[in-house]
Amino acid sequence: MKPAPFDYAKPRSVEEVFDLLDRYGDDARLLAGGQSLLPSLNMRLSAPAILIDITGQDALRGIVIDDGVLRIGALTTFSELKASAEVARAAPMLSQAIPWIAHPAIRNRGTVGGSLAHADPAAELPACMLALDAQLEIAAKSGRRRVPVADFFCGLFETDLKPGEMLTAIEVPVIGANYRSGFSEFSRRSGDFAISGLAAHAQFDGEMLRDVRLAYCGVDTRPIRVRTAERVLEGRPFDSAALAEAKTVLAKDLEPPDDLQATGQMKLHLSQVLAVRVLTAMKRADVR
Amino acid sequence: MIADREITFTVNGERVTQPVEPRQNLVDFLREKLGLTGSHVGCEHGVCGACTIRVNGLLVRGCLTLAVQADGAEVQTIEGISDSGEIAVLQAAFLERNASQCGFCTPAMLLTAAELLKENPSPSREEIRQYLSGNYCRCTGYQSIVDAVEDAACSVAGGTS
Repeated sequence: MKPAPFDYAKPRSVEEVFDLLDRYGDDARLLAGGQSLLPSLNMRLSAPAILIDITGQDALRGIVIDDGVLRIGALTTFSELKASAEVARAAPMLSQAIPWIAHPAIRNRGTVGGSLAHADPAAELPACMLALDAQLEIAAKSGRRRVPVADFFCGLFETDLKPGEMLTAIEVPVIGANYRSGFSEFSRRSGDFAISGLAAHAQFDGEMLRDVRLAYCGVDTRPIRVRTAERVLEGRPFDSAALAEAKTVLAKDLEPPDDLQATGQMKLHLSQVLAVRVLTAMKRADVR
Repeated sequence: MIADREITFTVNGERVTQPVEPRQNLVDFLREKLGLTGSHVGCEHGVCGACTIRVNGLLVRGCLTLAVQADGAEVQTIEGISDSGEIAVLQAAFLERNASQCGFCTPAMLLTAAELLKENPSPSREEIRQYLSGNYCRCTGYQSIVDAVEDAACSVAGGTS
């Protein structure tokens, strides 16, 4: 289908972005990569009066490591993230997760900031950022604020972004000594949204697992940490007994609803399979 | 009434300046305003891949890019990429392997396969399938498409093109 008519502006300055957001309020949508926004317009699920194209805002680009923090500009595309040696070194989980996102032609335009601001519960990067304890930088006319990612996703396609605000950057702590990451998912076809996906991060302290962080996508209204399973694994030797117990208690953390892709029961089962696969692969990996 | 915007960009090496309606996507603009009908329109929400084109050297979905966003860009379509001879080996392999049935997905399959071979000159069948998974063939002729891409990779590697 064709979208309903809308106006278009591509501001030169960030001040102009905020002026337009103020002027149009809910009738405006920010356009970054457009890989989720344009489908929703084409399907007429949404009909904003104006799109504010922020792709000219070069301050929102770039990937830098500074003082133990990996800073990713919101306009960084998935392909740029995948190609970045800094990302591969500082946050290998992100490099692992990118190939699971859609297809190359979509990864060439879709952006990190767009994925987070859109907050699709089945999307990969929101779960990764949750597992990595990212901080989000949000700007408005009145100034900037920082939000821990755990407070950012409020519900189905809902975030902590207020009217007049724009997500500008994502900051991820550089991976620590002996930490390992993993990402995997199940989808019907390659490139489809996840039926269940798992972003896992933990420190391998000899045989012990510490600081275990497991974040799932596709199984709730937003990405979700599975705290009971994390506690089961925390600070004990990582063996088959620990893994079996973690797998069992996942049923306490997750209550996936049925959706078009799978029943809740199947989603829970696949989530348990993922836990075993991802954690086992992390244990086997000699390098993080 | 929303005013048209004037955009200037390069299509297959030729400079184009035209007014566009903000809501018009790039593939519709190329087809309807410029008559470049080799790029096809299928699902219009980024799933089928039939509208695949190159913008500034990168493959993109033509249905998920607004024409107005192409201002200043360098766009290549199947017409230009075919004329340049860049994908002649792939085209010959598609012909040889009968990888084009109704032909609807073929232009985008060729562009995507060309990108794959640039990144990975000798892909396995599994890698070919994975890379082409964002391009749907409504005839379900995937087997022969994978055969053709595999042949093209071998023929380039063997220098027999």
